[in-house]
Amino acid sequence: MEIAVTNLTKTFGSLRANDGLSLRFASGKIHGVLGENGAGKSTLMKLVSGFLQPDAGQLAFDGQPVRLRGPGDALQAGVGMVHQDPLDVPGFTALENLLCAAPRRAFPSRAMARTTLTTMAQRLGFTLAPDTPVGAMTVGQRQQLEIVRLLACGARTLILDEPTTGITAAQAHALFDALRQLAADGNTVLFVSHKLDEVAALCDTVSVLRTGQLVGEQLPMPQPQQRLLELMFGERIVQASGQALLLAGVSVSEPQGLPVVQPIQDERSSEASPTRPLVWQLEQVTAREGMVRLRNVDLRIPQGRVIGLAGLDGSGQQILLRLLAGRLHPDSGRILINGVDMTRARTRTYREAGIEYLPADRMRDGIVGALSLTDHFALLQPAGITVDRQVAAQAAREAIAAYEIKATPITPLIALSGGNQQRAMLALVPDACRGLACEQPTRGLDVASAQGIWQRLQARCATGCSVVFASADLDELMAYSDEILVFFAGEMSAPLPRATLTGARLAELIGGVGFERSAS
Amino acid sequence: MNQLAIDLGAVLAAAAPLIFATMGALLSERSGVINLSLDGTIMLGAMGGFTVALVTNSVPLGFGGAALIGAAIALILCILSLTLGQSQTAVGFVLALLGIELSSFLGAPVVRVPGPSVPFLPIPLLADLPIVGVVFFRHNLLIYLSFLLVPFIWWMLFHTRMGLTVRALGERPAAAFARGVPVTRMRYLMCILGGALVGIAGAAYSLDLRQGWSYRHTFGMGWIALAIVIFGGWRPWRVAFGCYLFAALEIVALRSQRTMAGVPTQVFQVAPFVLMILVLALVNLVSSPQALRRIASLPPTLRGPVAMLVSRLAVAAPAALGQRFERP
Amino acid sequence: MQIQDAGGQLTSRATYQLADLADYLARLVLPFLGALVLTTVVLLTVDVAPLDAYRILLFGAFSTPIRFGDMVMLASPLILCAGGLTLTFAAGLYNLGIEGQVVLGAIAAMIPLRLFPDLPPPLLWMLSFAFGAAGGMLWALLAASLRLGAGVNEIFAGLGLNFLASGIALYLILGPWRREGSASSSGTALLPRELWLPTVGSLRLAPLAPIIALVALVVVWWVLSRMRWGLEVRAVGLNGAAADRLGVPAVKRMAQAMAGCGLLAGLAGTLQVLGVFHQLIPNISSGVGLIGLLVVLLVLARPIWVLPVAVVFATFTVGSVQLPLTLGIDSSIAGVLQGALVLAALVSRGLMQRRRRA
Repeated sequence: MEIAVTNLTKTFGSLRANDGLSLRFASGKIHGVLGENGAGKSTLMKLVSGFLQPDAGQLAFDGQPVRLRGPGDALQAGVGMVHQDPLDVPGFTALENLLCAAPRRAFPSRAMARTTLTTMAQRLGFTLAPDTPVGAMTVGQRQQLEIVRLLACGARTLILDEPTTGITAAQAHALFDALRQLAADGNTVLFVSHKLDEVAALCDTVSVLRTGQLVGEQLPMPQPQQRLLELMFGERIVQASGQALLLAGVSVSEPQGLPVVQPIQDERSSEASPTRPLVWQLEQVTAREGMVRLRNVDLRIPQGRVIGLAGLDGSGQQILLRLLAGRLHPDSGRILINGVDMTRARTRTYREAGIEYLPADRMRDGIVGALSLTDHFALLQPAGITVDRQVAAQAAREAIAAYEIKATPITPLIALSGGNQQRAMLALVPDACRGLACEQPTRGLDVASAQGIWQRLQARCATGCSVVFASADLDELMAYSDEILVFFAGEMSAPLPRATLTGARLAELIGGVGFERSAS
Repeated sequence: MNQLAIDLGAVLAAAAPLIFATMGALLSERSGVINLSLDGTIMLGAMGGFTVALVTNSVPLGFGGAALIGAAIALILCILSLTLGQSQTAVGFVLALLGIELSSFLGAPVVRVPGPSVPFLPIPLLADLPIVGVVFFRHNLLIYLSFLLVPFIWWMLFHTRMGLTVRALGERPAAAFARGVPVTRMRYLMCILGGALVGIAGAAYSLDLRQGWSYRHTFGMGWIALAIVIFGGWRPWRVAFGCYLFAALEIVALRSQRTMAGVPTQVFQVAPFVLMILVLALVNLVSSPQALRRIASLPPTLRGPVAMLVSRLAVAAPAALGQRFERP
Repeated sequence: MQIQDAGGQLTSRATYQLADLADYLARLVLPFLGALVLTTVVLLTVDVAPLDAYRILLFGAFSTPIRFGDMVMLASPLILCAGGLTLTFAAGLYNLGIEGQVVLGAIAAMIPLRLFPDLPPPLLWMLSFAFGAAGGMLWALLAASLRLGAGVNEIFAGLGLNFLASGIALYLILGPWRREGSASSSGTALLPRELWLPTVGSLRLAPLAPIIALVALVVVWWVLSRMRWGLEVRAVGLNGAAADRLGVPAVKRMAQAMAGCGLLAGLAGTLQVLGVFHQLIPNISSGVGLIGLLVVLLVLARPIWVLPVAVVFATFTVGSVQLPLTLGIDSSIAGVLQGALVLAALVSRGLMQRRRRA
């Protein structure tokens, strides 16, 4: 199936997410779509799969102009999209998911749906059991189920949005094999990624988007990496960094010519000096949350370190972060903060000891969207009957200047962009903070914002604060961590000095290849 | 023995309106819409149904009118919450109060006026069976329908494609949307169908169980029905069990008023409400994370059965209940 | 760069305020129009001249000093309830149990009156208010602990406790506190005259009632807008998880907001006993809690608006009392009008939000 878009435009407020794109994807091929965060890849894919409607421009499938009112229309026309977080129903079994709202012609009966599921899974090399609840499946399996469902419902074009995030290396391998097979059968595959090596390994052609515009159209693979990086990030940035190693997500230099952040500070990364006092000390800690259980963890984190937590979502890094922040109590073992036993202390005591927690979902549990920065600073004032609004407003003004937050002291935080919200959240961390546990500190931010966040985090480290962060972005982990802890299925590795790792090695460890739990 | 059979039959009859109301609420809540207006809807359905039946001298038309009233209130709820984005709780509460006041105002002329009711319809042959006949087959059509409604709703929700779609709407509307389901329109449909059943529940009071109309005739039954849906964990059979349990308590209260003179009647009148709160609290407490952790540390012989019991008791609301879906 | 930013922000704020003003007016006018249409339709179905009914509903309460007094005596507990509910509303809780809190307040207020009837009246009143406040608070904390401790939704916990509270009242009226001679479900014996709150002349208007209500309302306003506690409660109501992360003890604040609301509801119950009914009757709350909920759905967590709205609502209710006699229609049309107002306000709120988004 051939997909053609002509002059496609989509704006969100003042942001032109797709700006007059014209592009043609030939059938029977795997097409890579590259671009950094916010380049407009996802918007384009959602337009093609009916999740969004264009403001202007046309779509044509096999030369026929189409108007899609929703994803149902797209699927009927033969286009299906697999989302990064697969859109399935957790409470249903695999079979129920397949049947849910499927066209009757796809599965005339439940028994036939079962047969279709097993045969298609077998043909594509997937391991899917019809009666497993989706909630108990890994992200990789849920992705496989979605692919089977879309094909069974008549999709001849599959769109995959960053499909390798959160799945094992083996699953990625199986996925790639299946996609090649589908293309060979005459289907079209659109593969959205910001990972050059994956695109190189899989795709027949590649198109590159930057700030909503097409900068590279249907380039035949293989292409030199340097050229693709230039297309993705613009020539200036890539030349400034001079490293083809940086794939995406985090670039090394600030666009506005701000001083280059040194990701590795040699003096710090060399041997943790034993004289540095410890911020965190975990002794034989065992804890569980949901289905994941972390066992017998021993960990010492001295002042001024950056520790990255790597692993698939739900491998145990969230548990560790929540343990460190006092938001989850261990079933056994001891937790010492600044040398004081705080094993069963309340979150409040942790905060008083200078431990702060930055959650991934800012609007859900980070900040109060309807309140302003002034209100937030007022909340942080020492306890008293009334609040001093003047002092709070002054603190807000100072934070706005120091953290370059684009807001007034009285703007409700919900009206701010993601980067500004993240900087505001960081500005609200008191100076006295000794240990900062962050979950995905730069999720959803553009390159410049992400870098701004890391500048501030590193400035805090320079004053002796330690940062522990979980990230799904390998490049971020490699760029900023002094040491990395890899999590795999509820097991934690020993601290791995960053200098001893490469991105490829880290990816393998996350997938469980050569993984060794820390000796205890 | 015979008295027990008669009492059991009375319990089944007394639960019929609750069955209609809870199944209606269940339909709506499984699709993600919480209809808090139940008390007002039942009240207005009872008043409207009775008035229509009185004027037209037709019981079926009375039920039809009540169903329309219920559907109309649900429609208002949907417009305000699903389309205009107001809190389902706030809108439902206002509609509940408005329905009650409207029923008092519009129903004033028909207070204590004798009117038609659902005719008694023993099922030939079966009604003559010993015990079973008395319990199950000496009722009217409405009550037989209440027997059929529960398995029907269960079958619809768990054994049809329609049911899969409805449950997906309540669990993850984004997934339903991705499959081409018109989320908001389907929620309208389910909420309105559910509302119609709730309206019928009202008429079941005024045309059958508590024949006639008086000021605040069905006082409190809507809130009870909502609580029973939670108690039943949004599962049709368990919800039905809740309805019968509540009806049984009511019958016991009625009987003991005569036999146990020493106990103040108020105890029996409020007992079901207190019991409801206690059961809800208990169910929540045994399924809390702390309780689960405690169960995990039990000796293995105990752990299995206890965990099984708790998982049976535990209730999980439809994940998207009360949340508005906005298409991307 | 920064100056530009601030300037841009300023102009946008000015236009925002203008749009805000239009919104504000629309928000005030639209609900009234909507409610008027709905109520008129209802009135027409029973064949009553709507203008006659509206005249009585709107001005009936001001037709005689006695009726005006009644209106004030209804508005006072209503202000207490609605004021209390702004606290729980700010904390993000739907305190549907307020009716029971009023009833428990009334019951508790009776205790000192029955135990120490010989104390000097002013002392006894103070005791009675203290007991009433404590009773309402206790009932609210019960609902709060069911919600916060056992995860029972506060709506259902509150409703169940409402039924329980009226059961207790009925039990006391028919049982331990029954009238000498004949037990009657109509109420306990009337209090001795000297224990009634002093009134103005021969009116039923006890000046202490509106004074207490207004003082309480000012306190609520001050607490919510000026006190650190109020800011914390609002933060909890807007986003509990984030407030918790910022160091606000969320569960404690929710419980305290409930307790505060229960306290005010208990005072309302005490007023019902000392100033209005002078006895304990089964329907001692006369629905002020539920009307208070309607008031709060109109004014949201803004206590200053409680006063005018509560007065208007009380006017409707007191005016409606004359309807059965003069026009031969049921007085519940006042409730219809109140409900219709809130419903129409929700509609106009929804329409505004929709327009702003578009």
